[in-house]
Amino acid sequence: MNRSSLGDNIHGDEILLPVRGVYIVVTMACALLLNLIPVPRWLASAAPDFVALVILYWSVFQPHRVGLWPAWALGLLMDVANASLFGQHALAYCGIAYAGIFLHRRIRMFPMSYQIAHVLAILLGQQAIQLLIRLVSSAEPPDMLYFVSSLTGAALWPAIVAILMLPMRARPKAEEV
Amino acid sequence: MQASAPPIFKRGPSLVVRLTFFSILSVVLLVADARFHYLEEIRSALSVVLFPLQEAAAMPATMLRRTSDFFVTQASLYRENERLKRERLLSEPDSQRLRMLESENQQLRRLLNMPKIPDRERTVADIIYESRDPFSRKIVIDRGTMQGVKAGQAVVDYLGVIGQVTRAYPFVSEVTLLTDKSQSVPVQNARSGLRSVTFGVGHDGAVELRYMPVNADIQNGDLFVTSGIDGTYPPGIPVAVVTNIERSTAAFAKIICVPSAAVGHYTRVAVLSDPPPRPENPLGKPSPTPAVSKKE
Repeated sequence: MNRSSLGDNIHGDEILLPVRGVYIVVTMACALLLNLIPVPRWLASAAPDFVALVILYWSVFQPHRVGLWPAWALGLLMDVANASLFGQHALAYCGIAYAGIFLHRRIRMFPMSYQIAHVLAILLGQQAIQLLIRLVSSAEPPDMLYFVSSLTGAALWPAIVAILMLPMRARPKAEEV
Repeated sequence: MQASAPPIFKRGPSLVVRLTFFSILSVVLLVADARFHYLEEIRSALSVVLFPLQEAAAMPATMLRRTSDFFVTQASLYRENERLKRERLLSEPDSQRLRMLESENQQLRRLLNMPKIPDRERTVADIIYESRDPFSRKIVIDRGTMQGVKAGQAVVDYLGVIGQVTRAYPFVSEVTLLTDKSQSVPVQNARSGLRSVTFGVGHDGAVELRYMPVNADIQNGDLFVTSGIDGTYPPGIPVAVVTNIERSTAAFAKIICVPSAAVGHYTRVAVLSDPPPRPENPLGKPSPTPAVSKKE
């Protein structure tokens, strides 16, 4: 482990336990599962994209371990599941991973409200990429409700951070307490 | 960053290089899929990987449905049973008449040397989920090529046409609904026999009849059924009911219909087997220079 990836385990004042690779894979599988849950049509545009959120989380908090290729692979799976164009989610999720890794120092320093603003911008950006791809391939533009998914996703960001960080928080040992 | 810096922190290619690599790869895939329809094998391999997750994700909804089925009261079961018995009694004469007409029709067709109308086999499938893709109208059903489902087959429920299988994977299939922008169904007015084609408008609960002249014999409430001339849908299945006609001064009337099938209300559909092979074109293959042959 080199110095900079040691820095990945520092969050604010606390030092987190190192992340196990299995945990990263499990969280990604869970996100995929959540995305596959059937939702009624009227709710579909409000449902957050959990895979996008988890990719963003790992690229912000473990930028040296999670690169672009997991994002790309998850994107391909989402394309098959959603019956969208092959490569549409892959490209958008690569954009998320890139933005997350590029901005990881800044995002981690910010208070939660600023973090949410960044997350919102990144999620809107990935939706815009997908919209652009579909418009180029001659689909009709959807209504503005399309972007609600990003709003709910950004609103979920504090919960995602809290839940995904839970296993890495060092438990106080008995003698310290 | 100096080029001569010793590789203490070796990290492979830079972020921008990796982003460019994956972006180019994605764009290549996009073009191959959208323009040339390659990669169907890769798609179906990924769908096999995804299948257990899809089943697991649909589990809560299935469980909920099953438990609510379990707690149906006896009174409501009794009522439903009575209603079904009554309906059967009412429809029995009709089905007897249908059998009689069918045999008569077969006889007449034989007399006229016309080919027999073949029966289509049906595969019953459950809808796993509706695709979340906001740009298209698709559902995913739990029958695939392993159960004999093929791309291009027609999908109906007991009220009418739902759509067409557009991609068949080993265990699941994608069905494009008739409300999708890219979907069109050849139809016939059940009242006047007028033929037309429905086009999806891209949102639920409406299809459109395009290119109909303003004086076309269509009224509100007219039922359009499949005409069967495409060979995909068998003739006579309800497709849509006309709800709104705008006869403006434009060349064509604007006719909006509501689909008969209840997508989103039921979870079970039937996939009709392949259409029978069509008879050969008696005129042979179209000549390479149709303009010349027309003049003759």
